[in-house]
Amino acid sequence: MAIRAARVLIAKPGLDGHDRGAKIIARALRDAGMEVIYTGLRQTPQMIAEAALQEDVDVVGLSILSGAHMTLVPRIREAMNEAELDDVPIIVGGIIPDDDKAALSEMGVVGVFGPGTSTEMIRDFINKLIAQKDGDD
Amino acid sequence: MTNQVELLVKGSRRALARTLTLIENQHPQAQATLAQLYPHTGKAWILGVTGAPGTGKSSLVNALTKALREQEKTVAIIAVDPTSPFSGGAILGDRIRMQDLSGDKGVFIRSMATRGSLGGVATATRDMVRVLDAAGFDYVIVETVGAGQSEVDIVRTAYTTLVIEAPGLGDDVQAIKAGILEIADILVVNKADRNGADQTVRSLRAMLELGHPASWEQFVSHHGRLMETPTMPSTPSDVTLWIPPVLKTSAIQNEGITELVIQIEKHRQHLTESGTVAQLEARYIEIELYERLQQALMRQVTSQLSESLIQTIINQIRTREIDPQTAVNQLLVQLN
Ligand SMILES: Nc1nc2c(ncn2[C@@H]2O[C@H](COP(=O)(O)OP(=O)(O)OP(=O)(O)O)[C@@H](O)[C@H]2O)c(=O)[nH]1
Ligand SMILES: [Mg+2]
Repeated sequence: MAIRAARVLIAKPGLDGHDRGAKIIARALRDAGMEVIYTGLRQTPQMIAEAALQEDVDVVGLSILSGAHMTLVPRIREAMNEAELDDVPIIVGGIIPDDDKAALSEMGVVGVFGPGTSTEMIRDFINKLIAQKDGDD
Repeated sequence: MTNQVELLVKGSRRALARTLTLIENQHPQAQATLAQLYPHTGKAWILGVTGAPGTGKSSLVNALTKALREQEKTVAIIAVDPTSPFSGGAILGDRIRMQDLSGDKGVFIRSMATRGSLGGVATATRDMVRVLDAAGFDYVIVETVGAGQSEVDIVRTAYTTLVIEAPGLGDDVQAIKAGILEIADILVVNKADRNGADQTVRSLRAMLELGHPASWEQFVSHHGRLMETPTMPSTPSDVTLWIPPVLKTSAIQNEGITELVIQIEKHRQHLTESGTVAQLEARYIEIELYERLQQALMRQVTSQLSESLIQTIINQIRTREIDPQTAVNQLLVQLN
């Protein structure tokens, strides 16, 4: 009998040293029954891609508070694509101006969550992504 | 061979990661995949690393792996963390301490939650170790929190088991209670950069002397369940003893790691030269066979029992019409 658990990588790219938000999300997703791989602060795009690959995660969640999302996200997407992880979706949490959201979505970010987002919303969003993925298999 | 297995054996890391998921999820294809991989296994040296929470296991695995990489050995790591019994989720954070290993294609790290399914995490870990073995890693390291029986079971996959302590972590007698000390081939007092390490080393040595470290006897009593099997030799006389060394390390200052690697190598030599490794493996296989047989028989039996029949019997036992063992005997007769 198959047992399936959602596996999510929560990563903190860039140089800012605040991981409170990332930790809150990690705990909320754990409490929602997911397996959360948490890799700590200051992750390079290569480190994120490598962890996503080895851990075979369903989703990569990036917490970016530094404002550097427009430079970080494309590099991470590229590193993941190079690792043949084109099919692994990225979601972003942090302070993202509305103007940037469209650009991020063009880079292949499937969900952007601002500071006001409830953890339930993020959980439901991830569950829907995974249901879609399992439907495709 | 399936495409994925072929890719894995050829060295594809994506195929490896996906196969690990397939095994962990007990996917319908898991069994066939393991059967295809099995001929490729048996080459890796399997290291167990266990100890109380926060003693520095992950940091030490990081330092140890760096040292093994300097010898150009490839290393796969499975880091096991507990699943929350409340939500079924888990936070897997061991990678935080293994950042030095990132970017190294000779290393593969996989985090794993205990999940707590029937048959248990030990079976899943053993199978995942086999996948990594088949992928060609020289060493497979399994890190688990040494808190209870299931963790001890996990370590039973290993040929060399490191038990990690740290100074000032409270009552050392705890370790003995949990049966943790008995499984140690090497005892490591990590965080030796802190006060009290020598004291911890002394008390561990004293405890080892008390509990007599004859590894053979430990093994037999440890696997007490199997002691009744007739093939089990009852005297340790023909087996050379391995006395677990007690080492001091500082994972964060990278101290004592060379000595640790030397002792691991010594233990490996001890097992291979005395032929004990073959016996150890045979014993592990025996345990696994019984486990699998038990699970398979249980599945077979329960699939033949209807829920209403079980309810009827429960009622009969509850109302003292029949006693539990007689009920089981009657069931077995009916099933045959
Ligand atoms: N002073 C000192 N601290 C250390 C040493 N090794 C690890 N630590 C610290 O101890 C804490 C726990 O280290 P980990 O490597 O995560 O320990 P662990 O045993 O893997 O922890 P769990 O997996 O949570 O049980 C971290 O803050 C480490 O930096 C050491 O040799 N000396
Ligand atoms: Mg750890």
